[in-house]
Amino acid sequence: MDIGKAFRLLNQERIVFLLTVLLFVVFSLTLNNFLAAGNLLSLVRSVAVLGILGLGMLIVVLGRGIDLSLVATMAISVAWAMQLVSQGMPVYAAMTSGLLFALGIALITGILVAYAEIPPLFATLAMATFIYGFGRAHMITGTDVVYMPKDMGWIVELGQGHFLGLPMPIVVAAAMALVVFLFLKYTKLGAFIYAIGDNLPASRIGGISVRPMLALQYVISGGIAFVAGIITATSVEAMNTRVVNSNMIYDVILVVVLGGVGLSGGRGNVRNVIVGTLLIGVLMNGMTIMDVQYTIQNVIKSLILLLAIVVDSIVNPRDEQTGQQGDI
Amino acid sequence: MASASNLTKLRYRFIPDHVIGEILSKKWIDNAIPFLVLVCVVLVFGSLIPNFYSSSNLSITARQFGEFGLVGIAMMVVIVVGGIDLSVGSNFALGNFMMLALLNLGGWPVELAAPVVVLICGSVGLLNGFLIGYMRLRAFLTTLVTLIIVRAVVDMLLLQYAQAMSVSFYESPAWDLMGLGGFFGIPFSFVMLVIVAVIGHILLTRSRPGWRLMAIGGSRRSAHNIGLPVRRTVCAAYTISGMLCGLSGVLYAARLSGAGTDTGMGLEIAALTAAVLGGNSLGGGRGSIVKALIGALIVLLLTNGVLRLGLNSGSGPMVLGLTLIFAVFVDVKWLKNRDKLLSKVYVSPTIIELPKPVSTDPRDNTAFAINDRLNDVEIIGLGEVESPEDVILDEDDHLYCGTRHGDIVRFLAPDYQQSEVFAHIGGSPLGMSWDRERNLLVCVGGMGLYKIAPDRTVTKVTDETNRSTFSVVDDSRLRLADDLDIAPDGRVFFSEATVRYEMHDWPVDALESRGNGRIICYDPKTGKTHTAVRNLIFPNGICTSQDGQSILFAESWACRISRYYFDGPKAGRVEPVLDRLPGYPDNINRASDGTYWAAIMGMRSPALDVALRMPAFRKRMARRIAPDQWLYPNLNVGCVIRFNDKGEVLESLWDQHSANHPMITSMREHKGYLYLGGITNNRIGRIRLPGRDTSWSGYRNYWGQSS
Repeated sequence: MDIGKAFRLLNQERIVFLLTVLLFVVFSLTLNNFLAAGNLLSLVRSVAVLGILGLGMLIVVLGRGIDLSLVATMAISVAWAMQLVSQGMPVYAAMTSGLLFALGIALITGILVAYAEIPPLFATLAMATFIYGFGRAHMITGTDVVYMPKDMGWIVELGQGHFLGLPMPIVVAAAMALVVFLFLKYTKLGAFIYAIGDNLPASRIGGISVRPMLALQYVISGGIAFVAGIITATSVEAMNTRVVNSNMIYDVILVVVLGGVGLSGGRGNVRNVIVGTLLIGVLMNGMTIMDVQYTIQNVIKSLILLLAIVVDSIVNPRDEQTGQQGDI
Repeated sequence: MASASNLTKLRYRFIPDHVIGEILSKKWIDNAIPFLVLVCVVLVFGSLIPNFYSSSNLSITARQFGEFGLVGIAMMVVIVVGGIDLSVGSNFALGNFMMLALLNLGGWPVELAAPVVVLICGSVGLLNGFLIGYMRLRAFLTTLVTLIIVRAVVDMLLLQYAQAMSVSFYESPAWDLMGLGGFFGIPFSFVMLVIVAVIGHILLTRSRPGWRLMAIGGSRRSAHNIGLPVRRTVCAAYTISGMLCGLSGVLYAARLSGAGTDTGMGLEIAALTAAVLGGNSLGGGRGSIVKALIGALIVLLLTNGVLRLGLNSGSGPMVLGLTLIFAVFVDVKWLKNRDKLLSKVYVSPTIIELPKPVSTDPRDNTAFAINDRLNDVEIIGLGEVESPEDVILDEDDHLYCGTRHGDIVRFLAPDYQQSEVFAHIGGSPLGMSWDRERNLLVCVGGMGLYKIAPDRTVTKVTDETNRSTFSVVDDSRLRLADDLDIAPDGRVFFSEATVRYEMHDWPVDALESRGNGRIICYDPKTGKTHTAVRNLIFPNGICTSQDGQSILFAESWACRISRYYFDGPKAGRVEPVLDRLPGYPDNINRASDGTYWAAIMGMRSPALDVALRMPAFRKRMARRIAPDQWLYPNLNVGCVIRFNDKGEVLESLWDQHSANHPMITSMREHKGYLYLGGITNNRIGRIRLPGRDTSWSGYRNYWGQSS
């Protein structure tokens, strides 16, 4: 195979995958303890939540949307659920309430996007502000941080337990990835999401109920956000609602687009998210071992994202003729 | 019926329904919803917050608005070009830090430091612009990356220098002016914002770079295909955005003199919110400085107000989020339905009571009695011309007519078998006239008044007139210049049939039958154009009277011909000449015996006459049924009439079979023949007029033998 052909075979996903492998090899050779099983597990575990959130983002992005309220939904719904438990509500009831809250709020977002036709970028942005504000004002009493109550039962295992020697967050993330993969690949709804992301008017003409489908995407991502929140909270035994104001949501977007999911919709799958998440995991782990300052980690992370999209744009150039209007 | 009808008449005379549609069709109506939201926000917080209107609070708000407004404009500029700039917050923080560092640590003077900081932030924008414009990366991701990188750089710089900076304290008059002072009590940053906004507005709406920006945002592909420098313009937009962020950072530094890790945190979200709230469309092509400023002011007042109300920590964001969702929801719906609403209300028929028409029945022995005098029209150029509205002949007997392809076609004398394109203008040439220098003046629908010199060069004479003081629509542009004639002193009088519709929408204007038209005068001595008579009902044909003191003009939908004096003792007055016409008059021209020819382009029908007295009925018709099923003026049958200055109709020429020359919009007498043009025809007709002066020609009649 000549070089030109190989070059053309590259796309963002492959570039990122190659980068990940390269970094992995470099770190294995240069860093002590990098290859240790414990380190590798903690590497994956550290990005498990990011990966799960990435799955939620993936589903929305595939339908040509974006969900900036993921982190807010995650933080507030779980913090509220935990507070309900500590106020004496049975664990299952509290968890169900939390999940229902997450789904309900996501449904509202979905309705805003699908029926009120507010641009998703803006609707989810405003909803994130609203969810955080509403949660802090009317749902969560006391400080920003809600600590995990003692009597959470087996749910604690989701964050702290092990399954066949693997930490539960990894197992949950893997299971979620499998479920989302199967959903997108083998169900009618999954195919509809791709169709809508690819060409919304055509899907509508083709008979897909576009609006309910759009709303459904946000509901699914809301549910996924709740699961991610449970894992986060049980891992560190608390939920800090201030996470809403951090740039975690940017990290979620990062892992999704890094793997090559197209923000213009219809392009990408679970594999892309896994690749993007792994790159971030390897990178952060390696830099943590090297004791790189947090801000510099950020710079390096974003430079790698930049590198990925620059290479992608060289390999798959977008030009004025083929560019989609309104595709930012 | 009579009294009710009087009431209805008053209602249609004094309630200007058409203005609603015209206001809705204005571009600035786009800002209505954001502006209403702004007013509500001001009223609500004004009543909730004590001292909201106090001068100190206003001054503080204005100072903050100066900073935030600049960031809002920065965001708007890139959104208009079809991008997004998430790095505004970080860039702002960078500007703030660099300014303080240069002053406190570098010891630079303010006058030097400020421009340098603006350039530094501009270079961040340039980087964005290069990556997005030239490398064609995705704006969202690229600026996300620069957001993180610049933020990290600022954090690192802070880690290193914050300590040193907090110790030293910079002081200078210029610095104090920027941070605390202002001009005449107006804060400095607000003045800066106003300057930037005014320049930006002019650039965006009235200059080539601004139009290119809008064009590229509106459709990048089309902009590329017509050869606009898409990449360069996009790059420039991001650079400008960066510079504005830098400027804003400088002003912020001057106000607070402090740099922290949370400076400008989340500013990109606030700016984005402001931009969208103001009505700038994500995706490009729709946006303005005013929109950006309204949006920025709403967001600023909301965030400040919620803070000032002292609600518990979550309520602020909650209220903010809710308000934003609601405002954008209303804006989105408004945008989507505005056109629907507009199409429902734009057509606004008015009442018009046409007098009973003169009978055309041969038994009644009127001058309009139907006859067959046009039966034997000779046909010229069958199939060679399309829609020759007007025809004219020169001294060498060559025949000229316009076609809808924008050509002036010339048929060569003596047999008019050969034809050539005399000149190409574009548009749709309608009325024509010779001036003294043998230039052919042509009214071109949609374009204005044009002149074709004997050497065939085409020049624009005029395409605008003075704008009426209280008109909502811009009536300075000529939409449908229709027919013209020239006064002895060279002044050109021409009619504009309607200011509310384009040429192909003439049936809608007929449906309205409102005085939408006017007569305009162009004076070659001064080169100025002004409107002479307003509110005419589809003024169409124009002819200078034989005595050279007045013009006769036909108002088609009013079925009358009137006279406007431009000279002499009655100058400026309008007098009726002929009414009760049985059809719709079109062009008027002089006849060889001191009388006038007028073309009747179509006949009235009783049904439409009744409908004209029922505006509500016509409005319902326009809303509810397809245009091809409306009641139309019947333009299939017409005739030519001859009348004199006293308004007596002397004869009429009909063609009952309508086979040879079915439709007539104009006629021209020349050397014993009458030449006929018709706008829906594909031919020109000519008929011999027995017993008339065979040496008479229009040019000589107007300008004499010699010249």
